[in-house]
Amino acid sequence: MNFLEYAPAPESPSILHLRKEYGLFIDGEFVKGHGKPFATISPSSEKHIAQIANANAKDVDVAVAAARRAYDRTWSKLSGADRGKFLFRIARLVQERARELAVAESLDNGKPIKESRDVDVPLVAAWFFYYAGWADKLDYAGLGASPAALGVAAQVIPWNFPLLMLAWKIAPALAAGNTVVLKPAETTPLTALLFAEILQQAELPAGVVNILTGAGDTGAALVNHPDVNKVAFTGSTAVGRAIAKSTAGTGKKLTLELGGKAANIVFDDAPIDQAVEGIVNGIFFNQGHVCCAGSRLLVQENIHEEVVDRLKRRLSTLRLGDPLDKNTDIGAINSREQLDRIRELSDIGEAEGADRWTADCAIPENGFWFAPTIFDNVSTSSRIAREEIFGPVLSVLTFRTPAEAISKANNTPYGLSAGIWSDKGSKILAVADQLKAGVIWANTFNRFDPASPFGGYKESGYGREGGRHGLAAYLQTSIDAGASRTPVAARTTITKKVTK
Amino acid sequence: MTLVNPVVLAPAARAIQMLGGDLTETSLRLHLEGLSGVDAVGLEERAAALGTRSIKTASKAWALDKIIELIDLTTLEGADTPGKVRSLVAKAMTPDPGDMTTPRVAAVCVYGDMVPYAVDALGAAHSRGTGNGINIAAVATAFPSGRASLRVKLADTADAVAAGADEIDMVIDRGAFLSGRYGQVFDDIVAVKEACRRENGTYAHLKVILETGELNTYDNVRRASWLAILAGGDFIKTSTGKVAPAATLPVTLLMLQVVRDWHHLTGERIGVKPAGGIRTSKDAIKYLVTVAETAGEEWLTPSLFRFGASSLLNDVLLQRQKIRTGHYSGPDYVTVD
Repeated sequence: MNFLEYAPAPESPSILHLRKEYGLFIDGEFVKGHGKPFATISPSSEKHIAQIANANAKDVDVAVAAARRAYDRTWSKLSGADRGKFLFRIARLVQERARELAVAESLDNGKPIKESRDVDVPLVAAWFFYYAGWADKLDYAGLGASPAALGVAAQVIPWNFPLLMLAWKIAPALAAGNTVVLKPAETTPLTALLFAEILQQAELPAGVVNILTGAGDTGAALVNHPDVNKVAFTGSTAVGRAIAKSTAGTGKKLTLELGGKAANIVFDDAPIDQAVEGIVNGIFFNQGHVCCAGSRLLVQENIHEEVVDRLKRRLSTLRLGDPLDKNTDIGAINSREQLDRIRELSDIGEAEGADRWTADCAIPENGFWFAPTIFDNVSTSSRIAREEIFGPVLSVLTFRTPAEAISKANNTPYGLSAGIWSDKGSKILAVADQLKAGVIWANTFNRFDPASPFGGYKESGYGREGGRHGLAAYLQTSIDAGASRTPVAARTTITKKVTK
Repeated sequence: MTLVNPVVLAPAARAIQMLGGDLTETSLRLHLEGLSGVDAVGLEERAAALGTRSIKTASKAWALDKIIELIDLTTLEGADTPGKVRSLVAKAMTPDPGDMTTPRVAAVCVYGDMVPYAVDALGAAHSRGTGNGINIAAVATAFPSGRASLRVKLADTADAVAAGADEIDMVIDRGAFLSGRYGQVFDDIVAVKEACRRENGTYAHLKVILETGELNTYDNVRRASWLAILAGGDFIKTSTGKVAPAATLPVTLLMLQVVRDWHHLTGERIGVKPAGGIRTSKDAIKYLVTVAETAGEEWLTPSLFRFGASSLLNDVLLQRQKIRTGHYSGPDYVTVD
């Protein structure tokens, strides 16, 4: 028998108690949407999971009004300590239902269960615990005296870390005293809806968090709603740019976390085995559906061959397949659209002359799959070295000197993250100092912690999520007292217009 | 570093091939200190990730049998008696009297003076270097501390080989290694290897115990692993079992990376033996996974991988019984040794 063909060890979706249909979560209850409902499917099998309501502009009005009411009547009147209690309660419920949430996430998103179980869900709980602790300490966050909540926050999140991005958005917003209307991605609404059930279980006051499912038009209606005080978006740079335009001059506070094309710089004095692991984790974690993925490997030329050789041998041991199997390393691509884009860019990479290498692994018949792929000898001008692929595709470039590494690493319109591998501390600090990226990892990659701020430079967006900085994004502080709050006029009109 | 009058080291084919004919303390030091560093956090994370593999059903049944086949069933106590050794040998031959399909262990591991009793008790089951049957491994070179003159260490080794030991588990001089006298450690290993030579010109297999619990850093473990291989060790072994921590998964992973790299470089396969502290089937399965995913599945054979263990065997037997009968029994259903 071949030991490495580990016998199947799947988590069972039968631990989930899913409904056939999910409504919109508005004012503490599930209600029907007024748009055309859509199905959410499992990207690993293309099987139907549930029917999901679609929010139209009218639903957005109702949800924002509910959030406004909850803000005015309940949430803004609670003490920080009491808000903290709700957040602690949510965190504990997430932990209690961790297994269920992990299975749902892997089912709906396609990511391997070992990642949803060991990374996503524990971080979700950690995020709520962390911000729960801040709720009664806002005066001591170093943001000036008496920082005040903004009001209603409109939040639009992507499909790559559905529940984790929800936590990144909701936890600081609630801790700071805001109420929320959140739209999960069209392809991955499931865990947000399970989270809505957790909110009911936690007895969070109605309207404090509202969850609207739908597509891009729902998101646009939400962020452009005049009674919204804060917009937080994570997703593509194109959409981010549109949001920045449409919110300009409205007084809405905006944070954008957009794309990336991170450089992972490996020096010849790097701890080589750990660097190889870090490269793998940097680009193949979550099938490369990571905005901060280390998609450009910059390796010092004297170890280029060795690194690529080790990388290929390591990639050959990755296990692609059923996301619910506990031994799966690489899950499914989230959607057919995304798969098409990865294929298209990979073909361009090949046409532009880079050397393509793909790990030899069996691809399941149904579902959306892309085997881990490396492009070697990629030039800086190649499209695969410039555009965000958002898939398990690594471009390998070489450099000779630290200065060249820095200049190549910074030569991108993005600036979200970067990695440095070297056993020499002084070199790490000197290089990190010159990299234009919001997050820089040294001898590790894709490491997240609620206490650490995350965000980008340039086209990767602005504002920070996580840590004390993440709190500031949801507060009116004496530091930005110059900026106006939402025009009061706009607020009253909308309140009048909306009838429940 | 002695640059003037460098000491010329005792000959060792591998080191000469790898480092060139002018083998000196200096060239050895430059090589060992030029090895890529180890990032402790990254290494431990990788080991932990390998530990999350879920080995079920058929894979688990296969793994349990494989673990037994890879065990060096060990007794290394000052209070060991010929009777204890005979009992250990009986257990090695028939691990589970209630299930004769249970495989035999790879070897019994005893102190040098106990080798004759083990030879006697094994009788026809003794492999005697044929690769068929059970080996006798003897710890030697003033085990576990290694604090004796080289003359004594060599005599210790030669005695055990003469008495019929198929494998010698030697300890390195950690004092010399930590103070940077790599050449001395190298020379010791070369000399012990020579002492493993039998009258007919064949050699007893040499396992070199690094005692990783005393080496303090992973960088040192990597250097010591290379040193032991360059000096001619057939196996690199983590620990004596007398020092805490003994075998850990990260240390074993690191040593497996070294033998993998050595194989990639030279085509030659070196064995790895974690010893001490591996007591449960669950832990042992993590090691199997680590071996298979690091060095490759071909390492899961007694000539390339061993567990130095005593209580592990009974836990594996209980797990085997569970698979066969569908329920857990207790310690009364396996034999004490």
